[in-house]
Amino acid sequence: MQATSAEPLARDTEHRSRADARHDLIFRLLLRCCALFVLATLLGAALSTLWGGRDVLLKDGFHFLTSSDWNPVEDQYGALAPIAGTLITSLIALVIAVPISFGIALFLTEIAPNWLRGPVSAAIELLAGIPSIIYGMWGLFVFVPFMANIEPTLNDTLGNIPVIGALFQGPPLGLGLLTAGIVLAVMILPFISSVMREVFQTVPARLKESSYALGSTTWEVVWDIVLPYTRSAVIGGIFLGLGRALGETMAVTFVLGNSYNLTSSLLMPGTSISSSIANEFNEAVGLHRSALIALGFLLFVVTFIVLLIARLMLRQLARREGR
Amino acid sequence: MSAIYARRSITNIIALVLSGFATLLGLIFLVWILWITAENGFGALKLTLFTKITAYGADGGLSNAIVGSLMMDLMALLICAPIGVLAGTYLAEYASSTRLGASIRFLNDILLSAPSIVLGLFVYVIVVVPATALTGGSITFSGFAGSVALALIGLPVIVRTTDEMLQLVPGTLREAALSLGIPQWKLTMQVLMRAAFSGILTGVLLALARLAGETAPLLFTAFGNTYMTFHPLDKMASMPQTIYQYTNDPDPALHAIAWAGALLITLFVLALSLLTRIMFSRKKVSYE
Amino acid sequence: MLTSFKLPSRLGTLAIAVAASMFGMTAQATDITGAGSSFVYPVISKWSAAYAEKTGNHINYQSIGSGGGIAQIKAGTVDFGASDMPLKPEDLAKFGLGQFPDVIGGIVPAFNVAGVAPGALVLDGATLADIYLGKITTWNDPAIVKLNPSVHLPSSRITVVHRSDGSGTSFNFTDYLSKVSADWKTKVGEGTAVQWPAGIGGKGNEGVSAYIKQIPNSIGYVEYAYALKNNIGYAKMKNAAGNVVEPNTASFQAAAVTADWKNAKDFNLLMTNAPGAQAWPITATSWVIMYKTPKNASNTKVAFDFFKFAYSNGQDAARSLAYVPLPDSLVQQIESYWSSEYKM
Repeated sequence: MQATSAEPLARDTEHRSRADARHDLIFRLLLRCCALFVLATLLGAALSTLWGGRDVLLKDGFHFLTSSDWNPVEDQYGALAPIAGTLITSLIALVIAVPISFGIALFLTEIAPNWLRGPVSAAIELLAGIPSIIYGMWGLFVFVPFMANIEPTLNDTLGNIPVIGALFQGPPLGLGLLTAGIVLAVMILPFISSVMREVFQTVPARLKESSYALGSTTWEVVWDIVLPYTRSAVIGGIFLGLGRALGETMAVTFVLGNSYNLTSSLLMPGTSISSSIANEFNEAVGLHRSALIALGFLLFVVTFIVLLIARLMLRQLARREGR
Repeated sequence: MSAIYARRSITNIIALVLSGFATLLGLIFLVWILWITAENGFGALKLTLFTKITAYGADGGLSNAIVGSLMMDLMALLICAPIGVLAGTYLAEYASSTRLGASIRFLNDILLSAPSIVLGLFVYVIVVVPATALTGGSITFSGFAGSVALALIGLPVIVRTTDEMLQLVPGTLREAALSLGIPQWKLTMQVLMRAAFSGILTGVLLALARLAGETAPLLFTAFGNTYMTFHPLDKMASMPQTIYQYTNDPDPALHAIAWAGALLITLFVLALSLLTRIMFSRKKVSYE
Repeated sequence: MLTSFKLPSRLGTLAIAVAASMFGMTAQATDITGAGSSFVYPVISKWSAAYAEKTGNHINYQSIGSGGGIAQIKAGTVDFGASDMPLKPEDLAKFGLGQFPDVIGGIVPAFNVAGVAPGALVLDGATLADIYLGKITTWNDPAIVKLNPSVHLPSSRITVVHRSDGSGTSFNFTDYLSKVSADWKTKVGEGTAVQWPAGIGGKGNEGVSAYIKQIPNSIGYVEYAYALKNNIGYAKMKNAAGNVVEPNTASFQAAAVTADWKNAKDFNLLMTNAPGAQAWPITATSWVIMYKTPKNASNTKVAFDFFKFAYSNGQDAARSLAYVPLPDSLVQQIESYWSSEYKM
């Protein structure tokens, strides 16, 4: 633009090109700094929480992770109960959300008529847009009473099965690990199903069509062709959902029951890393605060690893696709 | 042979029915949650929500929380939009195939799903604690600290969208501009940004939708305020945090206000995501 | 064309200017922040609204629990902390803090059992301790039936609700249980946050009340105003003198008069299990904690003015929520404490 209207004076051009080069360099540096900011955020979050949690980590070391003795009166902090609560609720969420997400992805890629696919997948993805505090409110005011109604039935049915029966024994509080797990499952559904749906669509049509031509049913095509082809990405999507479930705070803090007692029953209250931090951080001083920040570090590291695996798995399929 | 065929076809039918059922279940939860929010929220909407402050509890409204949320969301965007757009530009234009670019892109995807409560802790450590120490306690928790936390949540969304949107700009445009002797920064700022503008704006709006509903990181950064404040360095109320407090209360009148607030936030967030969908329906990018 | 490139530096200048003006403005802000006890939250928020109408000064009080109040005042992030657990004089001295009472109230066992009316249930300390120890697990346990021969009690399991945050209400409650149950004293003890042997945790008096309302067959302990405001069933208690008393301003007052404030350094005194014949056994005081040499003197001045206002004009508000306003002699003692201990 300006360049075309400029006088073609050699010196002027040289001057300008030198200026351009300088500006390019500055611009590039600025951009790079911004990009490095992303790196700095992650690193900063990890290091600052590690630093903040150093007191308890140095004092208790590994014992911090294995002790279930969370006692602010004695200034003793063992993180087993929140860690267990986080893992158990996330696991419940996965057990519920994975098959449902798979069903949704199957429905949207293989069964639903074309006109239905867009609206339905958009609707499912809306679930991901609902703020987590709304899940918390709905969970406390609507879903907890709902669970309180069906928990006696769970006691009488699943509760009588040997071995796993103990998981479903307990008073019908409505709140507890199972309720929190289900709420989390609803929250992570859209994440897992949208990954599955997207990767199912990447399966080459000729693969599926060959299978159909050999007389396979839709289910056989999905189970024997589509799923093996997209396996790594599907696992990636599941881990992505797991990463979300591990770190969620507001949706679970109302329905978990905030109890540091370890129990064998999923109907009993528990606590999680994120809800412990949300509940106690503003009142914690000294070692207590350090313990909560150390929990934050732990949560960060675990979700980081889970998400790392998720991304690596997702990338594997993308690579094979030549993307 | 026919027995095997029958078994296969029954398995197939069962699987297909179950998948339809799974989809239905997902939709039921969506409708259930939205319906409950709408039912309770619309019933509780009243003018005083927008005119009165939270200091009056059940007789009050949400005006200070609404103002606080708008201020913090806006400040958060002012922080994360420029950084995010420039970082995304770097990834797309300067580092699309370098190792640094690949690892930043990779880590940005992780930041997308990082637990927001830990980001809140991080901001507490790097903003609130130093501010308290430096000012002798006259500035501690603040709306500004809250918006930094929110900015960290919005940032990866903007980085990723900008990156992907710029990659969609045809290479011929770059070649045409460069062949005219235009420097790279000018090409980026004036040609590519313009071409990808709607896409980049989509990213900013998505980031807004994402951070507007966040509660956890505000607990130990903005702290809350029962009165109206326009000062970014004051402790500040926000919609999600007020909803959190009111939900925790036994008073049904406060629950009603919380539902009304929940409805407002949900409408805001869903309207934003609808808007972005309309604005940019050509290419789907996933934001998991 | 170069103008657009200079934009970032201009933005930088602007940002610095904005930041500078923000810092400048802070000096004039008249918002006072207090945080802590949810026990006093109902009455402080009433006082705060009245005070704002009268003076225009805003007292922003956040109900984050007594533990939170102590933590935040120590960290210097708020102008005053509020706690229903008094700090020991040596702790106060260590941090340069002073404390004084603001109001007296009662903690009541609150329950939600279908068919049992508020006030219809009678409990004593030992039974309450056994319920919280998880030893008594059903409502028709002989110990409860013995105290309530005429009440029809269901066989349902008791759901115990306690606090999930550091709480002065918990402190007074566990202090009371420690005084009346040796078992509780050795197994759990007293504190703002103890290791609860049973039950679920609610955040603040608000959260505990909400859980009691929502969960059938639950029992919890809340400041009386919460039970009153939210129509939650409360129990009568058998006190130290062996009388069954109803929670109300009169029985709280009866406990309060037994307190010997004159000889309590830094007002460090608990009134649980008070000896009076009609005394409510879990009566508690709430304290305000502030720096003796405040970092922000003007804010502290407003805070003192606020509490002065509360002592003189806030009594009706306190009574309407079933708190006991401080007696005049105590207020005088507090005011002389202010002038002798605080440097303003």
